[in-house]
Parts: sequence; C-alpha cells; structure tokens
Amino acid sequence: MAAKQASTRSENGKVRRVIVVGGGLAGLTTVIKLCEAGVPVDLFSLVPVKRSHSVCAQGGINASVNTKGEGDSPQVHLEETVYGGDFLANQPPVKGMADAAPGIVFLLDRMGVPFNRTPEGLLDFRRFGGTLFHRTAFAGATTGQQLLYALDEQVRRYETVDVEDERGIVVPGERMVRKFEFWDFLSVVLDDSGISRGIVAQDVKTMEIRAFPGDAVCLGTGGPGMVFGRSTNSVINTGTAAGSVYRQGACYANGEFIQVHPTAIPGADKLRLISESARGEGGRVWVPRDPKEKRPGRDVPEKERDYFLEAKYPGYGNLVPRDIASRELFLKCFHEKKGVYNTKSTKNENEVYLDLTHLPKEALRKKLAGILEIYEKFVGEDPYENPMRVFPAVHYSMGGLWVDFERASNGSLVMGSPRNHATNIPGLYAAGECEYQYHGANRLGANSLLSCIWGGMVAGPALATYRNNLDKSSYDFPQALFDKAAKREQDRYTDILKMDGDENPYRLHQDLAEEMLLHCTIERHNDQLDRVVAKIDEIEQRARKVGVTDKAGFANQGAQFIRHLGNMIVLARVIAQGARNRDESRGAHYKPAFKDRNDADFLRTTLAFHKEGQGGGTSTIHYARDFDYSIAGVPIHITDAVDIGLVKPRARKYEQAGAASAAATGDIKKEDKPAAKSPAE
Amino acid sequence: MADKKTVRLKIQRQDSVDKPESRRWEEFNVIWLPQMNVISALMEIQKNPVTADGKKTTPVVWESVCLEEVCGACTMVINGRVRQACTALIDQIAPNGETITLAPMTKFPLVRDLQVDRARMFNDLKRVKAWISLDGSHELGAAPRQSQENQEDTYPLSRCMTCGCCLEACPQINDSSSFIGPSAISQVRLFNLHPSGKMHAAERLETLMADGGVGDCGKAQNCVEVCPKEIPLVDSIAQMSRQATKHMLFGWLLG
Repeated sequence: MAAKQASTRSENGKVRRVIVVGGGLAGLTTVIKLCEAGVPVDLFSLVPVKRSHSVCAQGGINASVNTKGEGDSPQVHLEETVYGGDFLANQPPVKGMADAAPGIVFLLDRMGVPFNRTPEGLLDFRRFGGTLFHRTAFAGATTGQQLLYALDEQVRRYETVDVEDERGIVVPGERMVRKFEFWDFLSVVLDDSGISRGIVAQDVKTMEIRAFPGDAVCLGTGGPGMVFGRSTNSVINTGTAAGSVYRQGACYANGEFIQVHPTAIPGADKLRLISESARGEGGRVWVPRDPKEKRPGRDVPEKERDYFLEAKYPGYGNLVPRDIASRELFLKCFHEKKGVYNTKSTKNENEVYLDLTHLPKEALRKKLAGILEIYEKFVGEDPYENPMRVFPAVHYSMGGLWVDFERASNGSLVMGSPRNHATNIPGLYAAGECEYQYHGANRLGANSLLSCIWGGMVAGPALATYRNNLDKSSYDFPQALFDKAAKREQDRYTDILKMDGDENPYRLHQDLAEEMLLHCTIERHNDQLDRVVAKIDEIEQRARKVGVTDKAGFANQGAQFIRHLGNMIVLARVIAQGARNRDESRGAHYKPAFKDRNDADFLRTTLAFHKEGQGGGTSTIHYARDFDYSIAGVPIHITDAVDIGLVKPRARKYEQAGAASAAATGDIKKEDKPAAKSPAE
Repeated sequence: MADKKTVRLKIQRQDSVDKPESRRWEEFNVIWLPQMNVISALMEIQKNPVTADGKKTTPVVWESVCLEEVCGACTMVINGRVRQACTALIDQIAPNGETITLAPMTKFPLVRDLQVDRARMFNDLKRVKAWISLDGSHELGAAPRQSQENQEDTYPLSRCMTCGCCLEACPQINDSSSFIGPSAISQVRLFNLHPSGKMHAAERLETLMADGGVGDCGKAQNCVEVCPKEIPLVDSIAQMSRQATKHMLFGWLLG
C-alpha cells in the first residue's frame, strides 16, 4: 500500500508531479531536494528563474565555520539571530538553520559558487550586522546572483534527467523538471475538503489560463516590497502569490514586520541597495558635525565628522542590526535635520555618508566591486574617492505566510516531517521570503540567503513525505475540479479586461505606496496608522473603478498589473492593521508612543486571516489567537505562542560588545537547560 | 508648470511577432525626474499612456526585474546601442533633451514592443552542460580548495547575466548561422576552470567543436565592447578555441 502511494505514476498512469512556484533560492533548492527524493517537479516562474529577485542579494551568506578561529559556532549563530530578531522567531527552525549553515556553504562551494578565498584557499568570511564574528561567506558583492546561478544550473541539469519509475525504468518523454517560465501564479486548486490539488496559472505571453494538477504545491514567491512602491526590491516582488492564497484562506503571520535597510541610494524607479558588507569591510557612517557644512564629504576633516553609530553603540558600531541603524539615520536626518547639506537644493537632504575612502582600494575591488559599480553607474560619483550618500529603504518582509514546523527532542526540526513549512491549507507549502519563519521581528544581514536555501532543504523533504502519504493523487481527481478552477480565474480575467473606469491602476498603486512608505515604515504612530487603514479602504474601493490600460490578447502587462494591485492592497492592509494593533516596539516595528518591548502582551505571533468584503464593503482581517488545521488527516492545534525554549528573551543592548550572545565575550555561563518548553502549538 | 523639463522618447512598437504590419514608431513626452532612467520614463508612460501628439495608446511592453543591472532582463537597443535600460540614465544619454529611441533586440524572436524571447540562450546553457555534475546536495564536507587567483579568474566570468547584448552585437549571429555565441562559450571556460568542473571539460568542448561552435566566431570583437559586465569574452573564445584544438589533436591520447 505505502509503496503504491509513493509510486511514480497515478492510478490512471500519469507521472505524478509536485508544483513549485518561484525560481529564486528557496524554490530552486526545493526543486533540487525533490528531484533527489525521486519526485518529478513542475516549476513555475513569472520570469526566467535566472532573473529571480535573489539575484539582488549582495553581501553574503552566514555560516559559523569559524575559519578565523574566533570561537564562532552554530550555537552563537542561533543566539544572535534570535536576539537580533527581538525574540519573535520560533527557535527550533532557527536552530536547524544555524546548525545546517556550514554544510550549506560547503555545498554551494561544491556547486561552483566563486566564493572569495583566503590565502590558504579556504572560504573567506567577513563581518555583518548584529555579530562580532566573521561569519559571512561571499562572492564579491554579488553573492545572491552567484548562489542563484549555481542552483539554477543544478535545476537546469534536472531538466535533462529522465524520470524513472520506482523500479528504475525510464518513463519515456518525461524529465525530472519541467519549467514553466513567464507564467503567473493565480491561485491554488482546492477540492471540496479544502485541500490543495494543484494550481491555476496564466502564460503572460499568450495569456492562456490553465489549471495544473500537483500532488503538493510549494510557493517560493518572495516578498511584497512593491506594496511600498520604491524599495530595494525587484519590480516583480508584488507579493501577489502570497496575497492570492491568503485570500483563499492561508494564514499570514507577522505581516507588520517590514525591514528597512539603512543604506540605499535614491532613484526615480527604485532605491538601490548598498550592502551591509560595505560596513562589514570597515565602511563608516557619518554626517558633518556642522549641519551647514558645504565642503564635499572627502574634504571634511576627521574631527568635524559625527560618526553617530559608533558613538552611540560602541559595542557593535556601524554593524548594529538594520532596525537600529535605520532608526538612527532617520533620527539624524528627519528629526534632527542633520542630513548632508546640498549646496544645489540649499537644504539638508535625507542622506548620510557611508564612507569607504579610508580602505585599501585593491581590497575594495576584490570584495565590494559589485556594489561600488552600482553606485558609480547610478550616482555618477567614484565611491573609492568620495563618501557615498545613502538613506534607508524598504528591503525585506520578516512576515509572510504562516508555516508550521515539527520540533525534535534536541530542540531542532524533525527533518522530513510533513508539517515543516506547511501552510494551514493542506497540500500548500511555502519557503523563502514569502513565509515568516526565521527572522522574528528583524532579520540579520546575510541570514536571508541562508533561510531561503535552508527553507528549501526543509520544504523539499516535507513535500516528498506529504506526497508519498497521499490517499489519492491529484492526477486521479476528475478533470472537472481543474476545469472549474480554471474557469473561475478565466472569468475574473475577462472581468478585468472589461474594466473601463477612470482610475489608472499604476497611479493608484503610487497612491497606495506613498501612504505605506510615509506612515508604515521606520516610525509608526497610531493616529497615522488609522488614516493609513482608512486610505486602504478608499483605495480598495477605487480599485474597483480602474480602467484597464490594455485590452490586447497577447503579452498584456496592464491587465496583469490590475490583478497584482488587488493582491498588493490586501497585503498592505495586513501590514498596516497589524502595525496598528501591536502597541509595543519590537525589532523593525517601532512606535515612539510605546517605546518598550512588551513581552507580557505581545510576545506572540500575529495570525491574520482574510475576510472578503460583504455587500460592496471592503475586506477585513480576522486576527486569531489560535486555530486548527490538519495534515494528512491529522488535526493540529496552533496558538500564537512563540517557542522560546532555547534562548530566553532578554532586552537587546547593542551598546555593549558581545551582548547578542554570551559566548561572544568569552563569558559563557552554563546555559540553563532549555526551559521545559513552550511549544508552538 | 508650462516649462517643466520633459524627456522625449521614440519607441518602436509591435503587437506580436505574427503581426509585422502593426510595427510602428510612437513618440512620448514625459516629465523629467531627478535620477531618471529609461525604466522610470517607461513607468511614467504607464501612468499616462498618451503619445506626444495626444493619441491614447497602450502602455509599452518591456521586460524588467532588478533595475540594478544584475538580472539582465531589461536589455534593449537604446539610441542604436544594445544595453540595459535600468543603467541608461536620462541625463547621460540625452543631456540636452535629445530624443531617445528605444527598440527591441533584433537577434531574438519578438514577443511584443520591447520584449523579446531569449529562450535560446538558456537552451544553449543546456547544450554546453554549464553546471557542476554534483553527486547530491547531502553533506559531503568541504569542496576542493581553490587559490585566490582562480577565484579572481572565475568570478568575472560567473557574472554573465544571460542578457543577450553579446549576441545582439555579434555579426555571426544571424538567420543563416547556428553560432552559439560568446556567452555560452565563456560559460564553458568558467566550468572548465572549476576543480571538479574540469573533470567534464571534454564533454563541454565537444559541443564547442561541433557546428555552430567556437570555430564560427568571426573575431569582430563586438561582444566584449557591449558586455555590461566587462566579461573578457574575446579572451574566453580564444582560450576555448585553443582548448578545443588541443582536445581534437590529443584528446584521444589524454583519454
């Protein structure tokens, strides 16, 4: 019986595939793990996978390999990640990730990632925010690109590998991976009992809408940065896939936690990131002491510079975590009006200096050329000679689709458990930035590439177990189920093409984004958040009156954008309302009126469920303290309690060197045995 | 308001590859913005899709992702030169308000307007086996050590974004040739430099020795001129040519 369920073919003889949506680091790793487990995959992506947003990651990937002999270890990595995240992350998944990290970096090296090396030919590591250790492996300053390419190459290889059945006989004409690039995910196909049996997607060239069966589905579709308009994110990061399944009943967790990166360069279309690795390699942040200083940065003498991060946080200096650095920059520029003076505009701009000019040029070229090239190309100034001018920009979503995990007795994860990375929609999984699991209230730099790959390494085996234990394959469900799901989406699309209101969807998006950017980022005030929510109500109404800008039946980006906008509005509400509700300050979520972290009331996961508007009203959110879901027929009860069994919450004090982990100062106390537990469910 | 600075664009449009009769030029005026690039000009057209002579039209279709020249998506022909639209800053390419012309690449099948289909480039990566033949993603310890020098050789090659500039500029890429083009050849060099990648060097070289391989290069050297990542493509072609010759002459001896 079990062997039959795990068989390659369904009852009616079709090759059973699972579906992965998204071809960034998380999606591609999931695909590789599935292929190794003998599970054929259909991989869907809005863009050629080699152009996924992971390509933008610059600085590196964390792994406590301890090459520099500093006493670093996965335990310290775990502690610092949890501390950096202000204790909002469930700790077993973080432990699993920190323990696996060295192996992951070695694997990537085996795959051919051109990591920078030490003179002995070992992997080189550099410093990053929130730690005192050299823990970040890197390939110049385009590490994300290099990691993405390595995984892309492995998946491309699986496009040439034949499917074999359980006896090892080749199934003619079937390859392990079939890629569907330039396909937009629309929704999951739910059967009568609410179990995901496949997806509906649209070919964005021919505009054909089709339903695809899949024995399980995993989203690796990235974050929702475009909700804020201009950010460091790629234009494809609308969060549309996550928004869509949220509307279908998936729980969205901790949506209010949005990371603002302290150092980006302004632009008309996007805000381009200047990696934290610039500071990891010794870059210093400063403003002139005299707010009316008119000399170019390079000519301002040392003693007339205010190195405000180093002054306030002597322990971690320029490498305090991003939430803190962004707040300090905001304070300096926005409140104190001490941003760099601009002689042309005759005012203090919202900019500070990020200075590398004191560092040896040859080392900069070898380690940071990728970002310095971006600065040079987009600003037109030589960053080897002039301090760069930067300001914070929306960067990453700690929140995302809620996913489960199964805790092992050693405090880590039970690998292969079908609960790992499962959403509350049975058969639907999520990995990467689109889920919420690893970073709590604030992500440490260079942990995102790690969490994407680790997420895929956990999700892949979880999907395989789920698929192998199914009573009935999606391929044995009646075609009518899929036809109905496709028709529903086809009807919606046809309705979009008929929209002829006065609102331009791109301008409406700009309105939404400006509101979110102004009031829902570094500093949050309840009166403003009330207005943001009211504005979202208004925008949701106006979105019903947009006019489609293009009625073409081919490569219609205008109609596609209207759909994405709808999902962005829904996620904007999750972010803004979640922020309104959380009356405390924790990690990236900061309310001046509630300056302290409040563990008694808010050390809990925000669990949001969508409620469609009734009778022409706008949609609303149901916030749950607990809920039930089931996997393979087993009911599971979930609460919003955070699993803090490994590292006990304490106040963050980055003023003090080594505060993020006891081990970092050599002052290791005998850790109390992990508290009995505080289970996630 | 009246004398607000504007940017003038002249854009080649076509509804789809099978509608050549729909090919046309349309001109647009958009308001100038600080730090503006070609992408943000196209975004302004989306918000108000009206031509310079007041005719309502559809927003222009183009491909873009990262907007910082690492993904390769937004490649197009700007003022006659192939490049990424994101790094095409308005103040640099039209400092005195000159008209900016945008056209799709010509060496790939057209999708619509400025978007083309570059699937052949990804297929070529399959043909040359541009990957490491990994035993599996389970833990097998550290990879072979590599010198800093080797990393400095491979990293620039590994920055190829599969953007298509080198193919667009290459005179040998045309309807009557099957030349694989510079980028895939350079990828062979990359993988043949890797300590375990070089164990399969011969297989990759054999693809380059077949029709459409490295021998079809006409040495125009346009590729290296247009590569946005300054990848030493001519050098890669020369080296692969030598390796292929060596393999052809002595390969059977070396096993």
